[in-house]
Amino acid sequence: MKSLLISLPLITSLLFALACQTGGGGGDKVRIGVFMSLTGDTANFGISSTNGIKMAADEVNAAGGINGKQIELLVQDDRSDASEAATIVTKFVTQDQVHAILGEVASSRSIAAAPIAQNAKIPMLTPSSTNPEVTKKGDYIFRSCFIDPVQGAAIAQFGARTLNAKRAALMVDRKNDYSTGLEKVISDVFTKLGGQIVVTQSYQAGDQDFNAQITSIKGANPDVIFVPGYYGDVGLFAKQARDKGITVPLLGGDGWDSPSLYQIGGAALNGCYFSNHYSPDDADPLVQKFVSDYKARYGTVPDALAATAYDAAKILFDAIKRAPSLDGAAIRDALAATKEFPGVTGKVTFNENRDAVKPIVMIKIQEGGKFVVAERVQVEGAAMPTTTTSASPVVPAPGASPAAPNTAASPATKSSPAAAVTPARVAASPATTRSPATAATP
Amino acid sequence: MSRYLRFLIIAVVVLGLLFGLDYLFPGGAIHPELRKHLSDNAARLLPYIFRIAMLAGIAITLAVSLNLINGFTGQFSIGHAGFMAVGAYSSAYFSVNFGANLAARLGGGKPAWGLALVLATLIGAVCAGLAGLVVGVPSLRLKGDYLAIVTLGFGQIIVVFLNNIEAVGGARGYSGIPIVKSFFWIFLIAILTIVIVRNIVKSAFGRALISIREDELAAEAMGVNTTRYKVMAFVISSAMAGAGGVLLAHFDGYLNPKSFEFIKSFEILIMIILGGLGSIVGSVLGAVLLTVLPEALRGFAEYRMVIYSLLLIILMITRPQGLLGTTAAFKGWRGRKQKRPRSRTETEEITAEDSSAIDSVAKATLGERQRDSSLGQGEKSEH
Repeated sequence: MKSLLISLPLITSLLFALACQTGGGGGDKVRIGVFMSLTGDTANFGISSTNGIKMAADEVNAAGGINGKQIELLVQDDRSDASEAATIVTKFVTQDQVHAILGEVASSRSIAAAPIAQNAKIPMLTPSSTNPEVTKKGDYIFRSCFIDPVQGAAIAQFGARTLNAKRAALMVDRKNDYSTGLEKVISDVFTKLGGQIVVTQSYQAGDQDFNAQITSIKGANPDVIFVPGYYGDVGLFAKQARDKGITVPLLGGDGWDSPSLYQIGGAALNGCYFSNHYSPDDADPLVQKFVSDYKARYGTVPDALAATAYDAAKILFDAIKRAPSLDGAAIRDALAATKEFPGVTGKVTFNENRDAVKPIVMIKIQEGGKFVVAERVQVEGAAMPTTTTSASPVVPAPGASPAAPNTAASPATKSSPAAAVTPARVAASPATTRSPATAATP
Repeated sequence: MSRYLRFLIIAVVVLGLLFGLDYLFPGGAIHPELRKHLSDNAARLLPYIFRIAMLAGIAITLAVSLNLINGFTGQFSIGHAGFMAVGAYSSAYFSVNFGANLAARLGGGKPAWGLALVLATLIGAVCAGLAGLVVGVPSLRLKGDYLAIVTLGFGQIIVVFLNNIEAVGGARGYSGIPIVKSFFWIFLIAILTIVIVRNIVKSAFGRALISIREDELAAEAMGVNTTRYKVMAFVISSAMAGAGGVLLAHFDGYLNPKSFEFIKSFEILIMIILGGLGSIVGSVLGAVLLTVLPEALRGFAEYRMVIYSLLLIILMITRPQGLLGTTAAFKGWRGRKQKRPRSRTETEEITAEDSSAIDSVAKATLGERQRDSSLGQGEKSEH
């Protein structure tokens, strides 16, 4: 009996607390649900992204809102947990009746939440989930960043063509889906471009000692080392590799992008390259305004996640503005029609898979931790890998659209004319124009 | 006879209730006919609440099954998420590769999917049970904290494995699992788990488990084959955790190894400690509380997890035995834990005084004396 006495009031009060949660506000506001990891193991990513979104919303609100309506952001934390992300999106589409959803950083959370938004026919735009699987969840799911296979192809091509490397080593974080996904594409594309992966070594996030792997890599004598991992491990690895006398450049992806990278790795990273969404040192007035506004508001230089989230929010607001009504289908159609949207991270167009087509920036790390743009790579719409599956990102699914035959693996092979990667060689200088296909003169 | 009749009536009523809920809220959404009779506010609130209720149902399965081994048998297992992962992934693999085909061949209706789901659940439970057997047989022969270390290790190994198996998506996660958001199914498994654990505890088997918790040596002296009983309890607990994993796999239709890291094991452990070790109602309450609380606190935005953690701390300070710790039929694991270290330090002191000579001699006597002291303790607690 006592158990009943304790349980009943507890559970009723909890249910009451649930029921009391207020839904969305009045009808004259545009409600945007934002779900991000504000706590948990990717909290820093979630917070950066939320900062970018908040700034974009405030800018639009200050300018009078969308068609006279103010934007109301409903920001919710998912504790870096996929199931909780799905719960929040359920809340967004039922209780809060949001008009559109922005989120998540991590692909696993976006994949868990996407079917719910799709079922409710509420458009969801993810700023930085790079797993191809995300937008396959339905025609209401959009992504405003490039996907891993495209980024991997750009990195591999930069190594093979620009750096003229023939022998490469790979250093992979086996436990990380981002890292293994990139590894696959890099090794495929690099091999197709005439290179050779001479050694593949693996580590786990949080490892402190890389001596065993470094010894093996040094023995294989590579021209470049691909390290598609996160900045913490990359910094340590670079330091230990230089100590062991390895002087060849390291190449990585957007996981490197963090002010902490140079703090950890220091001078060991000089002359290394990574692909990214944008560079805060870009001379473009749009970028410079964004960087200075962000600095004034949050006191730090915006990282790539803040920039992509800012762009995602702006793209969504622009679509809502163009949409004839606040209906989910109307916003979806307007989003799908987004063409050449001038974002901080480049001009964004959505392809038929609702993935963004935009330039990739290869960044060179210079003395003192300065990130300068080394090259811009525009991967054209047709080259976007459309046929990847979650199990193996480079194998086309049976019955895939013939327009893109296995382009993930071969964006630069002759057999696939659609898969044209157009590098715009640019001098290693921060003063470059944003036009992706023209050689810039400072 | 009337007892059985009563049981039958309760079973029919509960199943009918679940079935009715499933009919009115298919997949956690609202039936179109019912929607016409609901106010807009209720229609907005219900799907969210039902999703949380279903998550709570899965949590109940996990918590009650862990309570069998941690609360009733007194063995400290902290790898429950590992068994859950085994059940989740094995059943998901089955559902994707065979279950969906099977259901389609049988006509694809509700009964066909039901059959596929029953098979998936059985496969998940059996696989998790087998994993429990593999982990339990060597480690349960040992006493004390070894099981904790072995199960913690197992939980980590499973995650590393899953990250490297491409057939189930590796680190990218496993998607495309058929989604079964069914009240009926989730709470049927939860209720089955509760009934099984309750019946085990009330049976002779359960008495043996409790005697092992209270004093393993005394239990052995009374003729209880402690290793066998511990392994049996462990396998049953793992199998039920596997069934919980099956529910989770088919809930969102997406699995990621990250969801099964040791933090998940601790979450389940907190549920049963909060509810009171050795109390089934306590585990249920703990599971519901820990699932609902983070959602109920959403209104506090940034301070949500701070308040959540504070509430847990306050609760454990004011009620160290857990919410329903005292109503449990038997003295919990906690009670024993408070006594044991004291007697152990006593023996250690004595041994240290006695044998300043060689370590191995000291160890041998320590074993002897511990045996003596725990026997004495057993006598004391009987009076």
